[in-house]
Amino acid sequence: MTAQYRLDDVGMRYGEAEVLRGVSLRFDEPGLVALAGPNGAGKSTLLGIMAGLRSGYTGGCFLNGQSVPHWQRRDFARHVAMVPQSLKLDFPFTAEQVVLMGRTPYAGGLFESPQDWDAVERAMQLTDTLEFRSRDFRALSGGERQRVILASALAQEPRALLLDEPTTFLDLQHQLTIYDLLRRLSREGLLVITVTHDLNLAAAYSDRVVALRKGQVVADAPPCDALSVEKIREIFNVEAEWLQRPGGKAWIAYGD
Amino acid sequence: MGIDPVTPARAARVLLLALIFTAAVAVVTPLIGPSSISLTKAFRGEWPDAQMFFGVRWPRTMLAMLAGGALAVAGVLFQALLRDPLATPYTLGVSGGASLGAVIAICFGLHSLAGLPALWAAALAGAAVILVIVLAVAAEGRRLSSFTLLLAGITINSVVTSLIMLLHNLASVGQTFAIVHWLMGNIDPVDAPTLIALAAIILPLCFAVCMAARQWNLMSVGEEWAAARGASPQRLLLIGYVVGSVLTASVTAITGPIGFVGLIVPHALRLRLGGDHRLLMPASFLAGAAFLTICDTVARSIMSVEIPVSVVTALIGGPFFIAILRSKRRSLWL
Repeated sequence: MTAQYRLDDVGMRYGEAEVLRGVSLRFDEPGLVALAGPNGAGKSTLLGIMAGLRSGYTGGCFLNGQSVPHWQRRDFARHVAMVPQSLKLDFPFTAEQVVLMGRTPYAGGLFESPQDWDAVERAMQLTDTLEFRSRDFRALSGGERQRVILASALAQEPRALLLDEPTTFLDLQHQLTIYDLLRRLSREGLLVITVTHDLNLAAAYSDRVVALRKGQVVADAPPCDALSVEKIREIFNVEAEWLQRPGGKAWIAYGD
Repeated sequence: MGIDPVTPARAARVLLLALIFTAAVAVVTPLIGPSSISLTKAFRGEWPDAQMFFGVRWPRTMLAMLAGGALAVAGVLFQALLRDPLATPYTLGVSGGASLGAVIAICFGLHSLAGLPALWAAALAGAAVILVIVLAVAAEGRRLSSFTLLLAGITINSVVTSLIMLLHNLASVGQTFAIVHWLMGNIDPVDAPTLIALAAIILPLCFAVCMAARQWNLMSVGEEWAAARGASPQRLLLIGYVVGSVLTASVTAITGPIGFVGLIVPHALRLRLGGDHRLLMPASFLAGAAFLTICDTVARSIMSVEIPVSVVTALIGGPFFIAILRSKRRSLWL
C-alpha cells in the first residue's frame, strides 16, 4: 500500500511567532514533491509534523486516514522515514551501523535478521555507500555522510520518505545522483517529499511543487506552474527567467 | 581499516574473552595481600586461610566486581542518554545526593536507620531525594530532553556539593575524618546478605539495560533520530536515568563515590569495540568489574597502609587510558 497524507488546516506557533497557518494539503499518490519557500517559511516544521516529530500544532495531520500522533511509533516508522539535514555523531559508529539503525522498527531481538541485512545491503547499494561501509561515520565527508543517512532511512523500507534539504552538502554529481534515485523510488511507488532551495532541481525532477511563504501554502502545482516567473517573484521576491536550452530542459535563471 | 558489525558471533567472541579475564581476576585477586593464602587450604576449610579467603578477601573482591560493573554500565548509559562522552555516573547528581545523605548521617551521629546501617540508609535516601528533584526540575513545564536533564543534574549536583562542603566545615574533627573517608570511596568488606542484596539489584538491572542496547544506540545518535525509528525518547530518557541512578546509588551507598571507573572503562572499550551498545555495555560491565577489583587489590596491598581506591583508579586508569588513546588513534577497532 502506498502512503497517503492529508493535512487539514495545520497551524503551529513557537511562542509569539506563527510558523504555519491554515495549511491544508493532500498527498494521495506516489511521486516526487518538492517543498520550496524562503527561509523561515515553515518548511522544516511542516516536514517535522508529517514525520511525527513535532507536537503542539493545531489542525490535523493524517497518514492513511489515521492521525499521526495516534500511530503506534514502531508501526509509523515502518511507513515513514525522515532524512535530517545533517547528523553529528558523538560516538564511533561505522557507516554500516548507522544504516543498521534503520532496522530498529523491525527489531524482533537483540540482533539483525537475514531480512534486515538484505534491506541494509540494498539501501547501501542504492546510495552508493557500500565502499565505506566499515569506516567511522565521523571520518566521512559531508556528502558521504548524507548518503549514509539516506541509506539509513531507506533501510526502514518506508512508503513515504521525507527529506530536509538532502543535497545541501553534496557535490553536483551526487546531487544529481540522489535526485535520480529519489525520482526512481517515487516511480516505484514511494511518496517522496523533499525540502529544497534549488529551484532548478525542483523543476527538473519533481512531479509537484508545494511552495510555502510565511507559513502559508502559496503554490501547489506541477513545477512549470508553481515556479512561473510571477510565482517566483511572489514567493522569493526575486526576478527570474525561464531559459530554454536548445534540445534540453528549460532552466531557471535568477537575479539580474 | 575495517571493522566488523556487531554480530552474535563477534559479541560472543569478545564477551567470552572478557569473561575469562574477569573470572581469572576474581580468582587471583583474593590470593594477593600482605599474608599469602593457599587456595587448597582455603577450600579444605583450614584456619586461617579459609577465614581470610571466604570471610574477608573474597567478599571484598565480589563487592569490587559488582561496584565496578555497575558503575561502568551506568557510565555507558548516561553517556548515551546525554550524548556526552565525558558524562559519568556522577554527572547527574545522584551520587552527590548519596554523599549528602551520608554526610548528614555522620554529622548527626546516626548509627542505624530503618534497620540498615545509618550511612547506607541515609545515602540511599539522599540519592532518592535528588533523583526526584532532578527529574522534577528537568521535566518542569516542558518536555524531558537530554539537555534539560543535563542542565538540571549539573546544577543540582553543584548545590549538593556546596551543602556537603558546608556540613564538612561545621563538623567536628572526628566527623571531618569520617566525612573525608567516606567521600574518597572505599571498598570495605561487607557481609554476605549485603552482597547478595546488592547483586540482586545490580545484576538484573544491568542485564535489562544490555537487552535494550539497540534503543541506547538510537539515543546516542539523537532524540529525533530515535523517534524517527520507532523509539520513545522521553520514556527512554526517564527509564535510563532512573535505572542508571539506582545502579549508581546502590553502589555509592556502600562504597562511597569511586571516581573514574564509569568514565574510563566505557571510553577505552569504545575506542576498541566501537559505539554499538550491544557489545559495549556487557563488555563494560565485565571490564569495569575487573578494573575496579585490580585497582582495589593494588590499593590494599601496595603499601603498608591502605590507600583510597579512588586514588588508584585515577593513577592506574589515567596513564593506561592515555596509552590506549595514543596507540589506537589509527586503528580504533577490535
